Amino acid sequence: MSTFPDEPIDGFPTPPRTITDREGREIDLVVAGPDDVEPLVEMYLAFDPKDRAQGIPPTGEDAIREWLELLEAENSLHVVAYHDDDAVGHVMLVADRSESYELAIFVLQPYQGAHIGTELVRTGLGLAEERGIERVWLSVERWNEPAVALYKKIGFETTNSASFEMEMALRLDQS
Amino acid sequence: MRVLVGVDDTDRGMRALAATIERAREAGDEVTVAVYAAGDGSLDAVEASVRDRLETASFDAGVELIAGEPGSGLLELADDGGYDRIVLPGGRRSPLGKIQLGSTLEFVLLNAQTTVTLVR
Repeated sequence: MSTFPDEPIDGFPTPPRTITDREGREIDLVVAGPDDVEPLVEMYLAFDPKDRAQGIPPTGEDAIREWLELLEAENSLHVVAYHDDDAVGHVMLVADRSESYELAIFVLQPYQGAHIGTELVRTGLGLAEERGIERVWLSVERWNEPAVALYKKIGFETTNSASFEMEMALRLDQS
Repeated sequence: MRVLVGVDDTDRGMRALAATIERAREAGDEVTVAVYAAGDGSLDAVEASVRDRLETASFDAGVELIAGEPGSGLLELADDGGYDRIVLPGGRRSPLGKIQLGSTLEFVLLNAQTTVTLVR
């Protein structure tokens, strides 16, 4: 991943915050760490296999727990969406070797289409901006048009669409 | 079975070769190694480590070098050689664990006339 838009974007909201989703549910968006492993394991065990992308989230509790060790990884940021005590969404940013951050988002099926995903991504970017991160990228399956539209609306630009997965990137304002 | 295994200049390439040798010993496959380099990797270096690995394993296999585009080179070899199966190193993982197939793999998967096996 090497190209990023020239024009930075700012003004993303920072966690913690509470939003009301389209169904009228109160959703808390909070910075997550190792303490959030158990609620997230529950969430990913309930995750609909059809919503998996490029091999994540993995299936099976052991693989999910191993993958969630990313919560303890240095140079990774996580924001979790809670409805009461249940984790219902998760945005993660993990550094690559060039200190750009890869972003991915997961929303539990009954909470999809309620604007939680958009707010999770925006809040994750707010946290990243606050932590001094400038370059964020993601890959998305080309045929996943709702996701591509969501990322575009937030400000991501397509940087590579030559393969099955297309890459999009965004520059945060650190000036 | 006649197997064409693609080995590039990554650890995954060597793992694909090791897995192919192991299976060939059990199944009696006839193996040809197609050596290619991703990006600016050196073809000679990959060939040297492949020959070294074959010798260490005392395993007899043909070695072919692909100098140009790896995807089309692999298919050309597979078609001309009448292989039953192509084995390739399967995708790397992004920082947060997504599998990325890469252009060579995608090209072979979409265009190959034979079965393709990815080794993880």
